[in-house]
Amino acid sequence: MTLKKLTMTAAVALGTAAVASAEEVRVYNWSDYIDESLLEKFEAETGIDLIYDVFDSNELLETKMLAGGSGYDVVVPTGTFLQRQIAAGAFQKLDMSKLPNHENMWDVVSSRTEQYDPGNAYSINYMWGTTGIGVNVPKVKEILGEDAPIDSLELVFNPENMEKLSACGVHFLDAPAEMIPAALKFIGEDPNSHDPDVIAKAEEVFMPVRPYIQKFHSSEYINALANGDICVAVGWSGDILQARDRAAEADNGVEIAYHAPVEGAQMWFDQMAIPVDAPNPDGAHKFLNFIMDPENMAAASNYVYYANGNKASQEHLAEDVIGDPAIYPDEATLNNLYTTTPYPPKVQRVVTRLWTKIKSGT
Amino acid sequence: MMRRFFLIAIPYAWLLALFLVPFAIVLKISLSDYAVSIPPYVPQFDWAEGIGTFIAQLDFENFIWLTEDDLYWKAYLSSLKIALISTFLTLLAGYPIAYGMARAPDEWRPTLMMLVILPFWTSFLIRVYAWMGILSNEGFLNQFLLWTGVISEPLTILNTNSAVYIGVIYTYLPFMILPIYSALERLDGSLIEAAEDLGCSRLSAFWLVTVPLSKNGIIAGSFLVFIPVLGEFVIPSLLGGSDTLMIGKVLWEEFFSNRDWPVASAVAVVLLLLLIIPIVLFQRNQQKQQEAEQ
Repeated sequence: MTLKKLTMTAAVALGTAAVASAEEVRVYNWSDYIDESLLEKFEAETGIDLIYDVFDSNELLETKMLAGGSGYDVVVPTGTFLQRQIAAGAFQKLDMSKLPNHENMWDVVSSRTEQYDPGNAYSINYMWGTTGIGVNVPKVKEILGEDAPIDSLELVFNPENMEKLSACGVHFLDAPAEMIPAALKFIGEDPNSHDPDVIAKAEEVFMPVRPYIQKFHSSEYINALANGDICVAVGWSGDILQARDRAAEADNGVEIAYHAPVEGAQMWFDQMAIPVDAPNPDGAHKFLNFIMDPENMAAASNYVYYANGNKASQEHLAEDVIGDPAIYPDEATLNNLYTTTPYPPKVQRVVTRLWTKIKSGT
Repeated sequence: MMRRFFLIAIPYAWLLALFLVPFAIVLKISLSDYAVSIPPYVPQFDWAEGIGTFIAQLDFENFIWLTEDDLYWKAYLSSLKIALISTFLTLLAGYPIAYGMARAPDEWRPTLMMLVILPFWTSFLIRVYAWMGILSNEGFLNQFLLWTGVISEPLTILNTNSAVYIGVIYTYLPFMILPIYSALERLDGSLIEAAEDLGCSRLSAFWLVTVPLSKNGIIAGSFLVFIPVLGEFVIPSLLGGSDTLMIGKVLWEEFFSNRDWPVASAVAVVLLLLLIIPIVLFQRNQQKQQEAEQ
């Protein structure tokens, strides 16, 4: 696998589609986002060589998509990014005749992903989740007392709390498209606002807590939480639940909990799509169909602790996945979740500039 | 005649293919506008419309944008400061090493040379990652210092500017040592003997004879360090903190976070001009001096 990854990287770097004897499918997915035994299963079932690379930021993926010639057959952007990439012409329409498992998809999710991909013509839902707060419960309660607001944005946006927590370490996602809406929600503004004057108000939320944030990073917090290096992270639901399990396995006295903030949490959808210049679109369809198989999809969710958009997979889900409201929220929580839409270019510039200012102080 | 022509043509072809053509492409993108398309900018060159319409669509909007936000100037200045200080510190560390190598017995020199080059056999990225392991709060350095009792609390070095300086000096030291060494190696030892015979102390002989004669090595080494450090991205992003402001990082943000290739290209063009203008001025100055000497 490692050697394959290396040759893959080399081939992509050179911008050449290496002519290989065996059929290959190249998948570019988020880090820590699949049960790796599924990859072997796909190879065994189809005889196709699967080359699996990972990333940890939508921005990086989008740059590769917009540059063209990425060499990948399947990529996994989040809904808001997908919408912009569809507009840029980065993806090809799915051939539904090659996707018999498509009937397994769940209308509750499909109806929501339509706002990014009308008619779900270009993508299938892989996983969805929320952006919330992961805490090392005993540590945080030791610092802030028994009634610490571990299920509220108060924990991370109130400077008094953050000052006390800074000693044990706080990480924020390095993802402005999620952090800025959360800050706006905290002060009672519309999290999906595209008005630069409203977005500017997020600065007042971040600046007072900025000195107490150890790092802005979108993947390190899983291990950092699990090892006890940090005690609070604003992160993605399943990642924090993976940290919870790793800590439990290590039995190191670290006890992690995930909460979608009571003020409201962002709900996002990671969608699998096929780049317009994919070297092997046929193989890509086979991979998508394989993923939409109820048992395979359930295996992935059981492993990564994210909900999926596959109705038929639900009977195969483990009880601690389907029964956990942090993964499959109940009706009340579901109503408290919000979605966002992509920023237009001029507003995107304001958002990135604000984020640079928040991260660097300049 | 033909032979001479070919000899000159090779470096010029090299310069044309690997510098001027890429630069022209970057310059063209910097005059374009952001768009949601592949690639993400307009106008694209279209043979049908002709080159006239194409050029008419270009403008300097992105360069004006750079002057309107103080982020860019602060980043340029901060990079300049980091590059100047690291060049100076690298010179301070590299000169004695080069001097020692040049003064070492002949049979040692190949070994010493090998030792300077040896780190290049490991990937640059892995060596920077190794520094992360050394400098972190629970890293080797802190553990060693705590063990010896020099400090009682771990020092925070990783994710600060100090870590950036350490990484830069470590990485670029060989580029400083090698040119100085080659200048010092050619130095005629009898010149120093003559200076000492004429009443110079060893120190003043060093300042009056050795340093001026190794000047070209110092200049070459300083350029080899200063130029890449100014645009350095990997070291500040891995070892620096979120408040380490360098133009390489700003360029990355423009390219990846804003996906604004035109502004990213404008930043790159300005960076290049900032580098080329002082080098050209310096060369002119050198030429004039040489002419004056003759």
